[in-house]
Amino acid sequence: MGSLFRSEEVALCQLFLQSESAYTCVSELGELGLVQFRDLNPDVNAFQRKFVNEVRRCDEMERKLRYLEREIRRDAIPMQDTGDNPEAPMPREMIDLEANFEKLENELKEVNSNAEALKRNYLELTELRHILKKTQVFFDERDGCAGNLDGGSVSLTQNLLPDEAKGPIQLGFVAGVILRERVASFERMLWRACRGNVFLRQAQIEEPLEDPATGEQVYKSVFIIFFQGEQLKLRVKKICEGFRATMYPCPEAPADRREMAMGVKTRLDDLNTVLSQTQDHRHRVLVSAARNLRSWMLKVWKIKAIYHSLNMFNIDTIQNGLIAECWIPVPDLETVQLALRRGTEKSGSLPAILNRLSCVESPPTFHRTNKFTRAFQGLIDSYGVASYREMNPAVYTIITFPFLFAIMFGDLGHGIIMTLFGAWMVWKEKPLSVKKVDSEIWNIFFGGRYIILLMGTFSMYTGIIYNDVFSKSLNLFGSSWHVPFNESTIRDNREIMLDPKQPDQYEGTPYPIGLDPLWQLAANKINFLNSYKMKISIIFGIVHMMFGIILSLWNHRFFNRRLNVLCEFIPQVLFMSCLFVYLTLLVFIKWVNYGAGEDVPLVLTPGCAPSILITFINMVLMKGYEEAKGPNSCSAYMYDGQFYLQRMMVVVAVICVPWMLVAKPYFLYRASKQRAMLGTGGVEGAMEETPSTMPVQPAEDHDMSEILIHQGIHTIEFVLGSVSHTASYLRLWALSLAHAQLSEVLWGMVLRIGLSTAGTTGGFAMYFIFAAWATLTVVILVLMEGLSAFLHTLRLHWVEFQSKFYEGQGYAFVPFSFDSILEANESTVTEAK
Amino acid sequence: MKFCGPKLSLCCTILSVWGIIQLGIMGILFYIKSPAFLEDLFIPENATEPAAYIDAMEKSFSQIALNCWIATALYGGTFVLSGWQMWLNFKK
Repeated sequence: MGSLFRSEEVALCQLFLQSESAYTCVSELGELGLVQFRDLNPDVNAFQRKFVNEVRRCDEMERKLRYLEREIRRDAIPMQDTGDNPEAPMPREMIDLEANFEKLENELKEVNSNAEALKRNYLELTELRHILKKTQVFFDERDGCAGNLDGGSVSLTQNLLPDEAKGPIQLGFVAGVILRERVASFERMLWRACRGNVFLRQAQIEEPLEDPATGEQVYKSVFIIFFQGEQLKLRVKKICEGFRATMYPCPEAPADRREMAMGVKTRLDDLNTVLSQTQDHRHRVLVSAARNLRSWMLKVWKIKAIYHSLNMFNIDTIQNGLIAECWIPVPDLETVQLALRRGTEKSGSLPAILNRLSCVESPPTFHRTNKFTRAFQGLIDSYGVASYREMNPAVYTIITFPFLFAIMFGDLGHGIIMTLFGAWMVWKEKPLSVKKVDSEIWNIFFGGRYIILLMGTFSMYTGIIYNDVFSKSLNLFGSSWHVPFNESTIRDNREIMLDPKQPDQYEGTPYPIGLDPLWQLAANKINFLNSYKMKISIIFGIVHMMFGIILSLWNHRFFNRRLNVLCEFIPQVLFMSCLFVYLTLLVFIKWVNYGAGEDVPLVLTPGCAPSILITFINMVLMKGYEEAKGPNSCSAYMYDGQFYLQRMMVVVAVICVPWMLVAKPYFLYRASKQRAMLGTGGVEGAMEETPSTMPVQPAEDHDMSEILIHQGIHTIEFVLGSVSHTASYLRLWALSLAHAQLSEVLWGMVLRIGLSTAGTTGGFAMYFIFAAWATLTVVILVLMEGLSAFLHTLRLHWVEFQSKFYEGQGYAFVPFSFDSILEANESTVTEAK
Repeated sequence: MKFCGPKLSLCCTILSVWGIIQLGIMGILFYIKSPAFLEDLFIPENATEPAAYIDAMEKSFSQIALNCWIATALYGGTFVLSGWQMWLNFKK
């Protein structure tokens, strides 16, 4: 049975799996991706399910792998994606994997902590080295200062009081390193706390040092504080700790300092070697892990998915097996059997049994799509998934959607741009789909590449019909209009209207394809185009809607709803035909019969053509018959007998309304009365139907009011909707007018500036203005207008077309498939980054 | 050497190709005095007599054709420049 015409038949099956083979069978089914498991333990808490331990272990493994991935990413090691799809490993291999990951994680943690300790050591030694270098200056100053005070010089700094200590003043000192940002407040604090009795000298360290914990580079300064006495020492030490300055023991004597400096240097060199070796080791570990990381991740995800599915099964303790209930599309039953056989062979146990069940509830809706049709199916499913085995609108959407879009977007130039973009995406499909791009907008565009390609090609076609390339017309075949006037006529008249009746002005045969190019320069172009576009919008709208109504006939026939055919379909068709199809017929008659030409009788000249709108309004209002006024005057009618035919059509249409409203409830009422009389209660009659949706017709009497209300709503919706939806299709005209005008305005306001610049500077002006015009064309006319037309087309499909036949109350078939699970996991990973 | 990033160089290359094609074709069309571009011409104010008007029209057609070709040449240069930047950006 055709797969896109309506959704596939899906059967509810019961699966008996032996315990040993359950894992492999589920693995095989996951690779296949054709089976949707039902959760047989919906009331059970996630923590009480049978395989919760295995799931927990998988989570642990996933955590370890993510840790590894983070470390690999931090070192910027490329993780190659070989694109291979490893199979889910057996449960015993899972233990090996776990052990492997544990070992790797521990190793990495150890290496990291070692590296951190080493780095801290390194930092201390570096700081010490800087201190030893910088404090040389400070000590010289101190000694000098002390020396000064010692001799009895007459400098102003001479101590007035006699010294108690003999020799230089005993200044204690503390040396350390502090962050550069904190130096100022540190100094201030010292000054205040010690009442100005300490002496701080500081010098900046030029090169930045690496903070071992965070890894970032910080700037620090060396300081040395001189003080006298124990109290001050304690105070200084406390302040240093408060400001998180690291203090180092610095020897006083220069000789000691030099010795220390050399010792520090050798230790630094040693540390450097050890550090680089540690880094090398870490790098080696990570590189070897990076090679396999991806396939490990896939394996873990698959194991987890299998155990999640196994958790949904029922345990059959008697036969030591698992029972699963699943939805399988009927054409795929054979494939699933084969997969199960493969699974049982792999684990070497008894074969699994697949049993088909009958079910009351409605199965999920499955449309078998390929990469081309998937996008269109997605458009339809966004509004509502089709009810089980209902007619699928997506097939027709493949053509009607781009076509209606193109009516609104018709421009050859913009169509070329869109087609090129779509064609590039389709041509480079494979490499582009492998690249995981984060941007959601790109993913939307790429997912709809076939839609865009089709929209572009159709737009190129309608662009040719509207004869519009970036608002200019192409003259490929020679215009059918000519200007025969002489100079004086042209000079004396501001506006001249070309008369199609004169053969020297209009050839009599129209331009072969599309709009005549002369219209581009005509002042009444919009008047002409409006009439044309409005009429074709209505025509396409009514065709689309009638098509929708006819599709409902297929639905009724499939589900054996004879009552609906009689009471809904036929009156609907009659109503629409009598009113709106007749309207399009009038349009065609007017187009064909009325025209300008030499031998056209008066009554068929354009001046006498009756307005279709007025005709239609008069028809519905049942206005009286207008007598013909004579052979040389215009007639209100387009053909003989029009008045009586129209009267009859209105009567038929009006009869259809109560037909739609009352007939079906009446028949249902009678049927239920008959059933009640026969004494057999219940729903047998309705249940004889083939596997289908739930019986729609309720069988009890007390639903009569509900039926009436439902039918009333349905009828009102249809009748009122017929007018409003028909008018709604006029958006095809409106948007195409807007697009054409925008295009014209852009050319006139932007590109014309560059074109009409006098002289050769125009060339350079054109260079820049063309860039601006091109950017605005793409952004406004292709992107914005394209999006707008896309939206309106979608609305026309969802509301105007689908309301005629579509139920859309189904739920999608979501098979257990490793591909989709892996994809979902990938996207969460990329989102989390 | 590289002064454009990958996105800018790609955009400029595409724009240049479009510019070359479109401006080249427009230049040809202006050269053969296609009437579709009547409203884009530059007619000075004083050309009221028909002869002067037609003369101004023809001059304008030729001038604009030349301008379009100048712009085409400039876009040719831009294409070379941005193509080179693109090659620098995308070579592995």
